[in-house]
Amino acid sequence: MTIKSLVQPRFQQLKLLRAVTIGLAISFAAPAFADSLPEVQRLIKQGQYPQAMEKVDAYLSSRPKDAQGRFLKGLIYTEMNKPNEAIGVFTRLSEDYPELPEPYNNLAVLYAQQRQYDKARTALEMAIRTHPSYAIAYENLGDVYAKLASQAYDKALQLDNSNATTQNKLALIRDLITTSGKANVKPTAPAAAPAVATAPAPVKVAEAKPAAAPSASVVSTTPGAATPAAPAPVAAPAPVAKVVEAKPAAEPAPKADAASDEVGRAIQAWANAWERKDMKAYLGAYAADFRTPKGMSRKDWEAERTKRIAGKGGKISVEIEALQTTINGDSATAKFRQHYKAPGLSSSATKTVTLVKAGNRWLIKEENAR
Amino acid sequence: MPGRRSLILGLAFCLAGVPLIYRLLSPGEDSPQQAALAPGQAGAAAAALPATVSDSGPETQLLRIFNEIEANRLSDALQLTETLLRQYPNYRLAHLIKGDLLLARARPIESFGALSDAPADKVADLRAEAIVRLKAYRERPEDKFVPRYLLQMQPDQRFAVVVDTQRSRLYLYANDQANGGRPRFVADYYVTQGKLGADKYVEGDKKTPIGVYHVTANLPRQKLADLYGSGAFPINYPNEWDRQQGRGGSGIWLHGTPSNTFARPPRASDGCVVLTNQDLDAVAKNLQVGVTPVIISPSVEWLSLDDWAKERDELNATIDAWRRDWESRDTDRYLKHYSPRFKAGSQDLAAFAEQKRQVNASKEWIKVATDNLSVFRHPGKDEVVVVTFEQDYRSNNLNNRMKKRQYWQRENGKWKIIYEGSA
Repeated sequence: MTIKSLVQPRFQQLKLLRAVTIGLAISFAAPAFADSLPEVQRLIKQGQYPQAMEKVDAYLSSRPKDAQGRFLKGLIYTEMNKPNEAIGVFTRLSEDYPELPEPYNNLAVLYAQQRQYDKARTALEMAIRTHPSYAIAYENLGDVYAKLASQAYDKALQLDNSNATTQNKLALIRDLITTSGKANVKPTAPAAAPAVATAPAPVKVAEAKPAAAPSASVVSTTPGAATPAAPAPVAAPAPVAKVVEAKPAAEPAPKADAASDEVGRAIQAWANAWERKDMKAYLGAYAADFRTPKGMSRKDWEAERTKRIAGKGGKISVEIEALQTTINGDSATAKFRQHYKAPGLSSSATKTVTLVKAGNRWLIKEENAR
Repeated sequence: MPGRRSLILGLAFCLAGVPLIYRLLSPGEDSPQQAALAPGQAGAAAAALPATVSDSGPETQLLRIFNEIEANRLSDALQLTETLLRQYPNYRLAHLIKGDLLLARARPIESFGALSDAPADKVADLRAEAIVRLKAYRERPEDKFVPRYLLQMQPDQRFAVVVDTQRSRLYLYANDQANGGRPRFVADYYVTQGKLGADKYVEGDKKTPIGVYHVTANLPRQKLADLYGSGAFPINYPNEWDRQQGRGGSGIWLHGTPSNTFARPPRASDGCVVLTNQDLDAVAKNLQVGVTPVIISPSVEWLSLDDWAKERDELNATIDAWRRDWESRDTDRYLKHYSPRFKAGSQDLAAFAEQKRQVNASKEWIKVATDNLSVFRHPGKDEVVVVTFEQDYRSNNLNNRMKKRQYWQRENGKWKIIYEGSA
């Protein structure tokens, strides 16, 4: 993560946790209710929040202490844009289950949304204290530190960011809604996740999408998505090759030529290598002069990636969604949403990848998550 | 010059590099936050570091912060910075350090004010403030040395203010009557001088005057614009000496700081000497309107107490010789104390001499007393002292009391009067 300018921060969105993964399995639901929470989750995914709330309240009425149920309730409030209620739920949850990092993490996301970065920081530091290896919290904390730094610099240097900050704030909120909207649609994928390269699943998703009306409308208001007026989102989670095919059909300027096709394939190949934990292919997707994050040495970076990919137990799934490519001679920019799933960790982020053409291959020169 | 000594020479500049470059500010090898915040460390550190608060300004805390940074204990440094900010919420320098320390958790940073696109002038201002504050803190005046300027204070001058513009420092000295009126160090404070430095010459040159002044008024906060902060004390620039040298401008004050910031950069005023509000309030308690001297120097000279006593005795003897020679009615002997360059208003030495001869001719006896004498050395290369006293003149046909001020300059080894007038 490189932060070029904090004066106009590129707001990286904090990752909201959508599932309690650690420890909560302990609080097993009684068999009679066994299907209740998955039902709630399904409703959340479909954006049917009032129904989801009804279900989860019913579930909680007989087991008011249940962590999983309360967590979902907090999540529903978040989705319904009721941050104060959500904060209340997550706060009490973190008091009752201080060992769980997830409620802290989500509290932090909500606080950050309200620009209460000090509180967000405290919450994330708590999450990390309970789980020192908790990657999402670290990632979020990095963003919060950057925000706090930006605020401190504003005060130190009297930078007049009042306008910019307001805009950023709005953007952040939209981003969060967008994220949740998309992610809600998306989780259909996990079931079909392994079959990224195969076609059938995406169709279903594409159908599901219009149903999730709120997310679609919000997407259009996202600054990034609005400007290029690209028809890309339509083809959202489909494999890359499909996107490229879809583009001409979606009319206006089919600038999508062979090059963007190639770039799309390069990105997909990179994601596939990541999933297979094929380090040779994965690292080979990066240009020799790839800008490593934080300016670390190439060697260290490769070691770190290898540790985190090949060294990880369990299955990794990397899904590319809503890919947009811009070709400019021998350089290209690919923007997409990346849904990453591994045991104990799932995240969605918007990625911007800069590629350069080396011979007949497109290689990654720079990689940024937002 | 024997006995003359600058404190700067004795103390190495070992520190100057620290605020300029954080050599070690980089997150560790692994995840940045992991390095900066090892599990449990935040809590442990909170317990380990008491939030000490100094009443002598932020220098102590700044020094601790930079020491922590140098030792790459960034969490401790951040914690200390946050403590400092709780004490001074508008402290821009502390906000900048905080920004750096937070940013350092996200990526390695190399320089003070690491924000890219940071306005360079503002960062430079804050860096300059950090340097002068830390330097002044490490190089506090020693007990055995006193500012050369404070040769003799009047008994009723309880305190004297000495400003060093290059060091952005104001020193407050007490008139230690119990020790023969020797200056005793009380406290020192960070100050802001003119945007374009010192040695004011004309109106609007944005410079701070150099010279021997005194406080002429006390303007309370209620009567002032926010810019002047918690109060203001005008000084008598331009004084008679300044005017004689053709210096102009006006409205040079000691004053406080506007509410939107804790401190201003070392060079920021239009010529005034600016203190933080808390420092102004502390100094204000000791200022006597019309009495307290304010001596502004580009670079304070320090004398050992022995050398100081020698210089003071020499001048007192010289002034007393002038007084006795006046009483002797030997006008030539008396006039030997005056420089050929002597001027008082439009009167030159010849006119002055003729007048004195005429007056003295009618005298059968003269008695002169110099009460409430003060002797302040004028800052600068020329050897000039400012002598002020209440002159009690008695003679067979005239008695007169007046407050008189003289400027004496050493010419060819001898002190001569170059200006004289009522004060």
